[in-house]
Parts: sequence; structure tokens; C-alpha cells
Amino acid sequence: MRLELRDITKRFPGVLANDRISISADRGEVLGLLGENGAGKSTLMNILSGLYRPDSGEILIDGTPRSFSDPRQAIDAGIGMVHQHFELVPVFDVTEAVSLGAESVSSLVGTFDRKTARARVVELSRQYNLDVSPDAKIEDLPVGVRQRVEILKALYRKSDILVLDEPSAVLTPTETEELFGIIRGLAAAGTTVIFITHKLNEVLEVADRITVLRRGRVAGTVEPEGATRQVLANLMVGRDVKLTVAKGPATRGDVVLSVRDVHVLDDRGHAAVKGVSLDIRAGEIVALAGVQGNGQTELVEAIVGLRPVDSGEIVIDGHNTTAFSPRRVSDLGVAHVPEDRMRDGLIGAMTVAENFILDTYHREPYSRHGSLNAKAIAEGAATAVQHYDVRTPSIETFAGSLSGGNQQKVVVAREFSRPVKLVVAAQPTRGLDVGSIEYIHRRIVEQRDAGAAVLIVSTELEEVLSVGDRVAVMLGGRIVGIVEGPDATRETVGILMGGGG
Amino acid sequence: MRRIGRALEPALIPILAVITAFIVGSVFILVTDFQNLGKLGTDPVGAIMGALGNIGTAYYAMLVGALGDPARIGAALADPTPRAIATAIRPITETLVAATPLIFCGLAVAISFRGGVFNIGVEGQFVLGAFGATVAAIALKDQPMPLILLVSVAAGILTGAAWGFIPGFLKARTGAHEVITTIMLNYVAAQIVLFGLRSDFLRKEGSSDPISKVLSDFVRIPPIVDLPAIRLHWGFVVALLMAAAVSWFLFKTTKGYELRAAGFNLHAARYAGMSASGAIILAMTLSGGLAGLGGSMEVLGTVPQMSNGISSGYGFNAIALALLAGNRPAGIVAASLLFGALRTGGGLMQVKTGIPLDLLFFIQALVIMFVAAPGLIRVLYRFDRTRMPGADPAALEGDAA
Repeated sequence: MRLELRDITKRFPGVLANDRISISADRGEVLGLLGENGAGKSTLMNILSGLYRPDSGEILIDGTPRSFSDPRQAIDAGIGMVHQHFELVPVFDVTEAVSLGAESVSSLVGTFDRKTARARVVELSRQYNLDVSPDAKIEDLPVGVRQRVEILKALYRKSDILVLDEPSAVLTPTETEELFGIIRGLAAAGTTVIFITHKLNEVLEVADRITVLRRGRVAGTVEPEGATRQVLANLMVGRDVKLTVAKGPATRGDVVLSVRDVHVLDDRGHAAVKGVSLDIRAGEIVALAGVQGNGQTELVEAIVGLRPVDSGEIVIDGHNTTAFSPRRVSDLGVAHVPEDRMRDGLIGAMTVAENFILDTYHREPYSRHGSLNAKAIAEGAATAVQHYDVRTPSIETFAGSLSGGNQQKVVVAREFSRPVKLVVAAQPTRGLDVGSIEYIHRRIVEQRDAGAAVLIVSTELEEVLSVGDRVAVMLGGRIVGIVEGPDATRETVGILMGGGG
Repeated sequence: MRRIGRALEPALIPILAVITAFIVGSVFILVTDFQNLGKLGTDPVGAIMGALGNIGTAYYAMLVGALGDPARIGAALADPTPRAIATAIRPITETLVAATPLIFCGLAVAISFRGGVFNIGVEGQFVLGAFGATVAAIALKDQPMPLILLVSVAAGILTGAAWGFIPGFLKARTGAHEVITTIMLNYVAAQIVLFGLRSDFLRKEGSSDPISKVLSDFVRIPPIVDLPAIRLHWGFVVALLMAAAVSWFLFKTTKGYELRAAGFNLHAARYAGMSASGAIILAMTLSGGLAGLGGSMEVLGTVPQMSNGISSGYGFNAIALALLAGNRPAGIVAASLLFGALRTGGGLMQVKTGIPLDLLFFIQALVIMFVAAPGLIRVLYRFDRTRMPGADPAALEGDAA
């Protein structure tokens, strides 16, 4: 066995993060490590990479027990990490970024031997089909290529145990496919790959063996042959999970949101939305699909009043809201679940109760004549916490200390706890686990069934296809196609997202 | 137990920081105690005992200087003549007098910090507030005293608020960084005061120094107890009321909620439909107003007249103070009392032991350093050592829906 973790236990104050976890992976094997957020995946990998020391248990490499007191020792043992958030210096070129910290040095004074480094980068890139130019600047590279630079970085350090932490989170469907190709190539060349994810179809596609973690323990290890998404999801959550969104056909009413030939600029003044028109009716969910950065963010911000509309108009429930402030849009009954909940949706340093009133604090019953009604706030928050199943020690807990899924529930609870005509939800389930995703989707469908118009923006094909009654695909600031629910398949939508068709 | 510990933590670190600062301060006393150090070779035991005694004497003198002499308090209780009472309570009232401007300035800094703006200009707002009060008082000097008092306090608040509004407005509208603008406005304020005090209208008759007419000749905030040599006036009570008012404003009103929300996370505040620029301007204006009120209390209550030395760095000390207090109004009152006590107690210490007053600034600086580096205190007192940097146990708790 190339790598074996035996009975790893790690305890944090109040939490048993890893409870006698054992995993193993052989040379040339791809091990899928599947688990919800908080299942202990990251802790385990931090132990493997030398950031944490286990309270008990052993790490064996080629059968020899090893202990790492710092990441350097783990790297020397051949373990390479590719983190979810890349750690690359933007102004460096690929050769510099890859060799940083492991520079080849020539001459006595220790000058950087760029030539040797570059040659190795070229060689590795060719050997593993990474297709990375050694002289390209990091900041000019698309995300998918940056990830390959990270992989290159690990290979450059002669790692043959490669740990990929949620590698597909930032990738387009096509880039993900390419990544899988690279992973297969690495495995074929004898590298051990540990692929961490919470996405079911990905492990099924690429892993040779799948270990599922749940609440700090190994819930099971399965072979992908014969395993289904449902089996994995149930192992992961520990109960029967609905993977498909249960919803009836849409009963469409009047047009609630009408976007008419809208143009919007991004922060740098470049056109981000270039003439989008879209109508959404009461009682339907329109899913706006597209790879990140094709103008969806700017369009959403324009709809909710956060970003000025350059030209065109937006009509919500009969009101021309093109020049409305966010407060006025919100007061029309628009619920907004922002894309970046930690930055825009919540105030981490405020309590759950305070976050619950973030956009209703100025109204009764939460305040009167400018003074807050602590009792009404506490009652409202307590009801919402219960109703939306927010797992929090109390409503006085800081929102920032909740898990991602519970933070999102706080946001959803707040936005849906008032009369809603239009829901604008951007990436509402990003980074959430299966259980929370199921929950959030159910709540959104509930809003639809109660007669709200829903716009849901997502980069996840699964989500777009299962939730949307109609799917609009955005590319390069334009809507390149609208597909009716029954016709929306991975192929039709995927091709539109990538600019084909 | 852990929960109780966590609830106490905000107060725990400052308290431990103060204790640690005094311990380190005593090392300072030791190594500058050359008399005893010199004896170390000939009489080591005597030298060590002498040095330790010296530390005790110094801190005891500081305590007496700040709170009062037990002997004198005893005498006053036995024979309560006005003079005896005044001598007994003078130290503690002086502590409160010294704390008053610190409370105002501390609150001013805290409210700006809560709103996410770094008002470094409290010093200037305080000074200019005092100046505004002075101008109003002198302009109205023939009017009845209550009227002068009222108008000049209002003038002090308004000048301070205006001086805070300017950088707030500049930041909200043009993005000019408030740290730069407030520091610069501090200089402008000081020069305005100097310039104004040279005018015949304000300047004391027959003086060529830039000091104003003696305000106490025609307006005075009444003392709380009317005894000889007791300076404690109602300004201190106003300071306490302001602490309560700021606390109420921040935590019980919608405007205070907006201010805190914007201060913590401007993005989320904007997304929730609040006005980001409104919160910035409000925080700066209120901050300036509080500083200006403090300035007017100082010039109308504590000192006899306006001069360019009206503030001995209160606005700057207040930044440290707000840090020490974690921007909590109650904490600011406590921290101001501590700093006030150090200031008044230090005088007696210097007289009794010859240890220079600088020790106090040394201790103050240490307190702030320890508060600014809570990790140091945690390591020093070995609590919470299980908490690892980077580990986020909360994220691991109850996740499955």
C-alpha cells in the first residue's frame, strides 16, 4: 500500500473531528473521499499534509510509519496538496510559480536557475498532458489552467501522492472533464490520487474506490461499479435523501420580473451584461445557467438595485425599478439570496437574531419610531430558526460561527420570512452539503408554489436542470438560449454554456 | 464552564493585561533603582529587600494618590470639617476629573470604530469643541449664566460634530481616507485655535500668550460637591450619561443597528438596503459631537480658560482606550477611570519615591500592547491553549440538515 492512514483521531475543543478514520490508497489508484461539509475531510487532509498532528493513529507510507511535524516533511515524503483556493503569486509566470520554494539554484551565490526549472516544467507538462505554457503569467490564465499549474507544482516537487481538495468547485463542466482526463493520466503513470469532493457523480466517474466520511467517521468504502448516487448520498448523510427536487409542473401567472434589453457595466467599466431580455412569471422557476463570470452576477445586482443599469429597463410587479435603490426593490417583495453569503448575505460578527432582521429592522414589529423591539426580534428569530431548521446553539450565537449550510438557512429564513413576489437566488447551494442542498431547494420550490416568481442563478448543471422550470443560459453577457424544462438536458444546456450549438 | 469563560473573555483579557503591565512595570522600577542596584555587591539581601520595598512604596503611593489616604479619610470621618473632607476626597475626585475627558473621547472613538471608520481626529474635534464653547461663552458673557452654559455647550457639540462631519462626508462622497483627513484636520483645528486666541475678542486682557479670557469669571459648570479645592463637576455625570446613551443608541435603535451593521460588513449592509455613505457620515458626526461635548465640559468645568493646551492628548489616548475597552461604553468608563487614576496617582508616586511620572506612560503603553496582542496574554496565562489557529471547530458541528 503506497499510503495508509490508520485509526486517525483528532479532537478539537468540543468536537471529535476525526474518529478512528482509516483509509488507504495504492500506487496508481484514485481514491475518492466523499463527505459533507464538516464530515472531517479537511481535518484528515490537514493531518496528511503535516498542518495538524493527529491525537492518535498512524500515517504509513509504503508500510513505514511516518509522522509529519510540518508541511515540509509531508512534501518530502511525496505528498502534494492542491487546495481549493489556489496559492499562486499572480504576477509570476508559470515557471516561477511552479518552482517557488523549490527553486533550482545555480552557482555559489544562489541565483535562480531559470533554465533548468523551465525545462522541467515543459517536460512535466508534456508528460502528463497538462498543456501549460511555462512563460504565461498566472494572472492571465483561466481558472482551469491555474489549477493545472497547482498540479504541476506538486509534480515538480516529485509528489506521487496527490491530494485534490474539491478541485471541480471552480471549474466549468468542460474543464472538469479535462481535469478527470489528467487525473486518469496521472494514475496510469503510477501516482496515487486522493480526490476530495462532495459531488456524487464526480467520484463515481473518476474514482477507483470511494471512502465516504460522515461526522468524523468512515461511513463506508465502496467500489464505483454497482454504486449509485443514491447509495452514496445515503451513506454521506446517514438517511434517505431525495436527490431529485420534488416538484409538480409550474402553474404560471402574470409576468413578475421583466428585464428588457438591459446593459450593465462591471466594476472596471466594461460591459458585463450586453442586452439581456427575460420575463419571469409568477409560479415558475427560471434557472440562469452559465459559467462563472459571464455577466450573471452583474445582472442579478442590477435587478436588485445594487448596480446601476446602463441602458434598458427592469420592471418588477408593474413598477419600473430600473433606478430603484436596493431598499425600494426589497420593499416591493423581492427576496435576494446573494451569491457570496459570507460577504454580502450575512454579518458574521453579529448574532443570528441580528442577522435575521438585516433587511426588515426598519419596519414593525422589529422597530418602532427608530428604536428596536428586542422582544419581537427574539421571537421572530426564534420562530425562523425553528421553522427553517437552523442548527445554532442559540439566536445569540454569532452567525459567522455557524456552518455554511446553517448560514445559508439564516439567509433564506430572513429572505423568505416576509411576503415575497420575486425570489432572486444566486448560487444558493454553493459549497453546501447534500442535506442542506435538498432543504434549500425544497424551500425555493415552496416559494414558487406559493406564487412567487423565482430566478435562480447557478453554475451547477445538476441544480439548473433539477430546479428550473425553464433554463436560460448566459454566455459573454448575453442570453444564448432558453430551454424549456423537458428539453433541458446535460447535453443541451452544457453545450450552450460552453458556447457551442 | 467553557461557556462562562467565553462570556467573561472580553473583560478577562483587559484585566489580565492591566495586571501584567503592573508586573512588568515593577521590573522597570527595579532596574532603574540605581541606589539599591549599587548596593547589590556589598549587601545583596538588603538591596533586594530595599528594591522590593521600593516597588511596594511606589504602587501604594499611586493608590493613595488616586483614591485617597486612609489616614486622612479616617480623620475626615472623625471630624467632618469641610476642609478635612476636601483633603480626604480630593484624590478620588481628581481621578474622576481626569477620567471625564477620556470618557467623552473614548466614546467618540468607539462610536466611529463601531461604524467602521477610524476617527483619528477626536483630538481635533475635542479641541475645536472646547474652542466653539469658548467663543459662544465670551460672546454671551453678559447674559445670565444658565443661558451661557446651554448655548456654549451646544456650540461645543456643533463645532465638534461639524469637524467630524467633514472627513465623514469626504469619505462617503469621494473615498478620501478618514485616517489621512482626520489627522490633517487635527493640525487645522490646532491652528484655528491658536489663530482665534490671538484675537482681542478672545484673548485674556494684558496677556500676550494665546489664552482666552477667564471663563470661570462668568460661566461655570457647577461642582457636584461645593468644597474648597474640589474640581469635580457635573461634566463627569454627563460623561456617564453619555456612556449610557451611546450604549442605548448602538444596541437599541435602528440607526445604531445600521451603524454597527455597516461597520462590521459594508457589503452586507448595502445588500440589505442600507445606505453605506449615510452610516459613515453618521458615525463621524456623532463621534465629533461627543468629542466636542467633551471639549466644552473640559473648558467650562475643569480648567479656568481656553488655551491650546486644553487637551493633553486625550483624543489620542482615547484610541488606545477604546481598544482596551473593546468599544464597549461600560468598558470605556472603566478604562477611563483606570487611566485617570494612573494620571492622578502618578503625581504622588513621583513625590514620594522619585520614580518619574514616565512609568505611568510605560504602564499605559504596556496595557495597550497586551490588549492589542491577546495571544500573548493567552500564552502567558496558559488558558485556551487547545484552540489552534486555523482550526474551526464550529464548522464541524451539527451540519446535516
